[in-house]
Amino acid sequence: MAIKVVLPTAFIRHTDGRKQFDSAALNLPGLIADIGQTFPALATQIKDEDGKLRRFINIYVNDEDIRFLGGESYAFQDGDEVMLIPSIAGGKI
Amino acid sequence: MNYSCSKYELKCNECGKRFGNQPLSACPDCLAPLEVAYDLEAVRGIFTRENIAAGPANIWRYAALLPIPDGFQPDLPVGFTPLVKAKNLGKRIGATNLYIKNDAVCFPTLSFKDRVVSIALANAQRFGFDIVGCSSTGNLANSVAAQSARLGLKACILVPADLEPAKVLNTLVYGARLVRIDGNYDHVNRLCSQIAEEYNWGFVNVNLRPYYAEGSKTVGYEIAEQLGWRLPDNVVVPMAGGSLIRKIRKAFQQLIYLGLVEDKPVRFFGAQATGCSPISVAVKEGTDYIEPQRPNTIARSLAIGNPADGPAAAKMILSTGGWAEDVSDVEIVSGMQELAETEGIFTETAGGVTTAVTARLYAHGRISPDELTVTCITGNGLKTTDALTGRYPEERAVRPRLADFDAYLRELDGEAEPELAAAGGKHGN
Repeated sequence: MAIKVVLPTAFIRHTDGRKQFDSAALNLPGLIADIGQTFPALATQIKDEDGKLRRFINIYVNDEDIRFLGGESYAFQDGDEVMLIPSIAGGKI
Repeated sequence: MNYSCSKYELKCNECGKRFGNQPLSACPDCLAPLEVAYDLEAVRGIFTRENIAAGPANIWRYAALLPIPDGFQPDLPVGFTPLVKAKNLGKRIGATNLYIKNDAVCFPTLSFKDRVVSIALANAQRFGFDIVGCSSTGNLANSVAAQSARLGLKACILVPADLEPAKVLNTLVYGARLVRIDGNYDHVNRLCSQIAEEYNWGFVNVNLRPYYAEGSKTVGYEIAEQLGWRLPDNVVVPMAGGSLIRKIRKAFQQLIYLGLVEDKPVRFFGAQATGCSPISVAVKEGTDYIEPQRPNTIARSLAIGNPADGPAAAKMILSTGGWAEDVSDVEIVSGMQELAETEGIFTETAGGVTTAVTARLYAHGRISPDELTVTCITGNGLKTTDALTGRYPEERAVRPRLADFDAYLRELDGEAEPELAAAGGKHGN
């Protein structure tokens, strides 16, 4: 099973320029752990001091806000497209 | 007149990092929204009651505290809308010191969005964008379309597919490209944030957002000036993304800091529709955590289920000792009718929300009758006439004869008009 993870441009400085990657994570906590393994610099950016996902990041699964799907308890389905988007994204730096 | 603001730059609200001036909306480090920070000391002695009074009768009289580039020459006389005492509405809802800030007549497109768009487009030109855009629930679309036409910018506007027909027409007529998205505002907004990354466009409420949002401060400056340079006790503000209510407070605080008004506590009250009330729910629970909602309300201009400035708005309301309320669609329509019948102001559904919430705040004793209270009407009823469909059935046509007219009135009222009878009219009883 694999999901496709899509990142905003603001994050690619932490991923060697990659905007997408595949993950075998089963749920959101699994994905965050996976990001911690593969892109430690990105993990630092998207997590707050308590190790939780920053509240300014929204996670979408196939166009739906993950909070409408059960949040952390949502079990990723094979082929899900998971997008991370800052709540007011936009602009390049 | 020199219209440029002295010194300002983007600053992260969370980590405090500064970013100069560029089309950027979120902190690259902590991803929090960016805010325009001013060097207020630099405008002390410039931003004065006298200088403001000598300025034009529009928002540009406050240019010294707006983020506009050096040498900017304003084009349109936006804002400076009436602040009217609401005696009749007050009587009906038990308020003796109530005012209405009436942006239903804001120039040029009849909503408070004209204020924010004029600031955003000044910056779009400064940053060299040829194409501008926005995600919109309607009013913003109208304003971006109209003002970009005037400035010779191309506009591409994205809206939820179920938008009111009047708001669609009021965008297309200016020659803007309108793209209807099969989804709600939150879907549209998310798509716009992706477009803003891939295309070199100036999205007024995405990459130009920090500048855009500052335009809302002018509502606060105007309220204070129109009250004779004093602050109200309470302000009631409709909430969609949660930006306007915060910016009114920012304006008040700047006025206090610069000595234009006396310092006093002002309580802020937020208004939402129950069918989309994420900020109101948070305030009622005493938290700034926003649980997103799927919007389902006729107040489409407030239908943002995942408001970007929601956490900050909830926190601010609670810190001022204010409150938030939400009202049903039925109450929204009644609110629109009540404001029109009592004060002669025809507002859109969002104004129905604000009016109904204001009434409830008095009814529940959250606002005392004699407190100086300003309620903010942000849009015009002509754009959402569909909300009133069926409320006023068409009456039969009357023959152009006095006797027929007289009979018709009797038919409606059951008796002749008293003044007609008093005047000795033949047709009176």
